[in-house]
Amino acid sequence: MNAPLPNWVDLGLIPMLNLAAAFLVAGLVVLAVGESPIEAVQVILYGAFGFGEGIGFTLFYTTSFIFTGLAVAVAFHAGLFNIGGEGQAYIGGLGVGLMVLAFDHHLPWWLIAPIAALGGALFGALWALIPAYLQATRGSHIVITTIMFNFIAASLMVWLLVNVVKVPGTMSVESRTFLPEGRLPKLGGLMEFFGLDIGGAPLNASFLLALVACVAVWLLIWRTRLGYEIRVFGANPSAARYAGINPVRITIVTMLISGGLAGLMALNPVMGEQHRMFLDIGGGAGFVGIAVALMGRAHPVGVALAALLFGVLYQGGAELAFEMPAITRDMVVVIQGLVVLFAGALEFMFRPTVARLFALRAREKPA
Amino acid sequence: MPGSVRLDARAAAIELSGIDKRFGAVQANRAVDLRVEAGTIHGIVGENGAGKSTLMSILYGFYEADAGEIRLNGNLVSIPDSSAAIRLGIGMVHQHFMLVEPFTVLENVMLGVEGGRRLSAGKARARKELLTLARDYDLRVDPDAVVGDLPVGLQQRVEILKALYRGAETLILDEPTGVLTPDEADHLFRILGRLRAQGKTVLLITHKLREILAITDSVSVMRRGEMVATRRTAETSAEELAELMVGRRVLLRVDKGPARPGKVLLSVENARVVDEHGVERLRGVSLDVRAGEIVGIAGVAGNGQSELLETIAGMRPLTGGRISVGGETWEKADPAQLRLKGLAHVPEDRHRMGLVTTFLAKENAILGYHGRPAYANGMFLDREAILQASRAQMEAYDVRPPDPELKTANFSGGNQQKIVLAREITAGPEVLIVGQPTRGVDVGAIEAIHRRLIELRDAGKAILLVSVELDEVRALSDRVLVMFDGRIMGERDASADEREIGLLMSGVTGEAA
Repeated sequence: MNAPLPNWVDLGLIPMLNLAAAFLVAGLVVLAVGESPIEAVQVILYGAFGFGEGIGFTLFYTTSFIFTGLAVAVAFHAGLFNIGGEGQAYIGGLGVGLMVLAFDHHLPWWLIAPIAALGGALFGALWALIPAYLQATRGSHIVITTIMFNFIAASLMVWLLVNVVKVPGTMSVESRTFLPEGRLPKLGGLMEFFGLDIGGAPLNASFLLALVACVAVWLLIWRTRLGYEIRVFGANPSAARYAGINPVRITIVTMLISGGLAGLMALNPVMGEQHRMFLDIGGGAGFVGIAVALMGRAHPVGVALAALLFGVLYQGGAELAFEMPAITRDMVVVIQGLVVLFAGALEFMFRPTVARLFALRAREKPA
Repeated sequence: MPGSVRLDARAAAIELSGIDKRFGAVQANRAVDLRVEAGTIHGIVGENGAGKSTLMSILYGFYEADAGEIRLNGNLVSIPDSSAAIRLGIGMVHQHFMLVEPFTVLENVMLGVEGGRRLSAGKARARKELLTLARDYDLRVDPDAVVGDLPVGLQQRVEILKALYRGAETLILDEPTGVLTPDEADHLFRILGRLRAQGKTVLLITHKLREILAITDSVSVMRRGEMVATRRTAETSAEELAELMVGRRVLLRVDKGPARPGKVLLSVENARVVDEHGVERLRGVSLDVRAGEIVGIAGVAGNGQSELLETIAGMRPLTGGRISVGGETWEKADPAQLRLKGLAHVPEDRHRMGLVTTFLAKENAILGYHGRPAYANGMFLDREAILQASRAQMEAYDVRPPDPELKTANFSGGNQQKIVLAREITAGPEVLIVGQPTRGVDVGAIEAIHRRLIELRDAGKAILLVSVELDEVRALSDRVLVMFDGRIMGERDASADEREIGLLMSGVTGEAA
C-alpha cells in the first residue's frame, strides 16, 4: 500500500510527470486559441534561456522566488503554513528602503547592502511575529492571520508611501530614487564570465545571497539543534512536548526566520531593480513562493529548482505574450496556474499509479 | 464469490499456499502455508516483524502476494484490494481503529454501505440489522452514541459490528486486546466465542500466549517470515509456543532478586491535576519511590495513570501538591529541566510521544537529549557523535535491524520500543518513569525489556512503572499501588492475591471489602 519508492522516483520522476501533465493541459489551452503549443514552448524556452538578457531576467525572477519559497519551506518544517510571504516581503521592502534612504549619502554600497538586508529581514520577521504570537499563545490559525496580514501590509504601505515616504510635490507614489551607493551591483560582469551579455536585465547581487540562503536554510533544518527542534515540532507536536521543546518558542522563532527570509526578498526589487520604494514590492512573489515550496518539497535544492522553473515561466511567459498576440498576458497566468495546480496541489495524483507500477516491476525482478 | 460457496464442511475456510512477499531487501513472507478450518478460532502468533501483519494484509487485499495462492472455501480467489476482500466475506479489525470519532455508532457502521442517496432509509435498515447483530453476538452498543465518547472496548465492538454488517464470514483481529482492560478482553473473548458458535471463522493475531491458549482452537506460529508450526491449541503449551516463536527457550517469568531500597528519589505529595477540560484527573496522589526499587501502578486504563506520568515528567502543570526528584522539589518544571535532574520517561504511547516515526532511528536516539553537549557542536548537531550513540544504543538493546539510518516507522513495534528504552536508560537517569513498557511488543522483546528494567533497579535507580497488564505490574514491581479515579486506593505486596488487587482496581477499598 505504501511501500517506499526509490528517491529518484519520488523526487525526480513524479515531479516531472506532474510538470508534463501541466504542460499537456496548457498545450491544449494554447491549441484552443489557435496557436501551436510546440511553437509556444519554443518561444518560452528561447525567451527564458535563448539570449543573455533573457537569462538575466529569468534569474532575476528566480531570485525573488527562492527567498519566498524558502520562507514558506522553513515554516512547513514546523508544520506552519505561512501564507503571508507577500505581506512580509512588502514590509521587508520598507525595511530595505528605509535603510538605504538613511545611509546612501554616507556609506558605500557594500556596507549599505548588509544593513539593508538586515533591515529587510528584521521588518519581514516582525511582520510575521504577530501572527506567530497569536498562533502560539492564542491558537489563532496562522493561515488566517498571515493572509489577513497581507492586506494590512498592503494598506499600511500605501499609507506610508503616500504620506511619509513619497517625495513632496510629485505625483508618483514612490520614494526618491536611491543614490548609486544605495544600489546592488548587477551581475553583468559575472555573467560575462560565462560569455553572456545580460543587457538591461536587472539580475543583481541578491541572486548570490539567495543561493547562500539556500545553503543556510539547509544547514539550519538538517544540521542545527534548532532545525532538529523545528522538525520534531512539525512532525509530531506531542513528541516535541515530551522532549521538552517549547511550542511557543519554536512557533515564534520559526516564523521569525520565515518572515525574515520573505523580507530579504525585497532586496531584489528595491535595491537591485527599481532603486526606490514603490507600490506592490512583493509583486506576487510571496504567493508564488507557496507553490515553489510545495513543488520543491520544502527542500532548498527543490526550492531553488522550482524557483528557476517559475522564473522561466515568468520571463518566457512575458516573451510569449509579446511574440504570440493570440496569447495574452492572462493566458500566461493561466499556464502558470496550471503548473501550480498540477505540481503543487495535485502532487499526489500520479503517485498511486507510479507506486503500483513499481510494485509490479519489483515483483517481476526477483522472480 | 460468496454465491459459489461449496457446502463442504471439510473444505478450509481459508487456505493460503506458498505465499511470498518481499519489500525491497526484506522477505516478509516466505512460502507461507496456512489452513484455517471454517467455524474455528485460529490464532497466529509470532514476534513483531515475523510477517503476521503482512500475511493478513495480503489476505485483506492491502498487499498483493508476489507468489502463492489464496483459496476461500476451496475456491481460488484473487484479492486485489480490500473491497474485494469485503465482497468475499473477509472483515478486519485493525489494531488502530478506523472509525470516524465525531460520528455515531450507526453512522460509522453504515459508512460506505449507505445504500442509496437518501440516508434515512439506509439508517433505518442499519439500525434494524444492528439490533439483530447485537442480539446474536452479544455485541451491545448504543447505536446513537458518538464513537469518540465511547471507551476503547466499545469502539472495538463497533469495528466488529462494521465487519459483520458488511457480511463478514471471516473476521481478522489484529492485536485486539492491546488496548483493552482485562474485563473488556474477557468480554471480547465471549463475543468471539459467540461468533464461532454461529459458524464464523476468526483469525486472531496476537503475541499474548495466554489469550491464544484461552480462546483459540488451533494456532500457527510464524518466525522470520516463515510458518514454523501449526498446533491444536489443546495439544500445546505457552512454553512450546514461545520457544517456536523465538527459536530458543524463553523465560516467561521475570527472574529477579529481592529489592534493596535506598533513599527516596522520587516523591509525589498530594498531587492534584485538572486537565484542559476542567476534569480533575489526579485527586491528591502521594507516593514515594526509593532507589533500587520498582513501584508499579496497577489500574484500569483511564484512572489517572497517564496524567500521573505526564505530570511527573513535567508535561502537565500541577494544580496542587508537590513533586520532588532526587530531593529537589518543584511545583512547575518542564521536561527538559527534569531530564537534566536525572528523570527519564518512557511514555505510554511511543508513536504519539516517544518517537517521531518519520525520522531516522538515529534522530530519535537523541529526542529530548538533543541539547546535551555530547550531541552538539555549538549550535550544530554533532552528527558523528549522534550516529555513534545511536549505534551503541541499538547494539546494547539488540534493536533489529541495527541500522541508525533506517526510518523509525520501518521498525517493528518491539524494536521501536527498544529504541525508546535504550535512549532513556542510556541517558543515565536516577529516576525512570515507564508507561506500558511492553504494549504491542513481542515475547522475545518483552523478556529483554523486563530484564533491562530489573538491571536498572539493581543498579540502584528508582523506577515507577505504569501498566494496564496486571501480570506485568506484579511480575516486575516490588510494591504495587492501585489507582482508581485519580486516587491511590492502596498498596499491596507484589505477591498479593490477584483478586484482591482486582477489587482495588474497581474502586473497592480494603475496608469496604
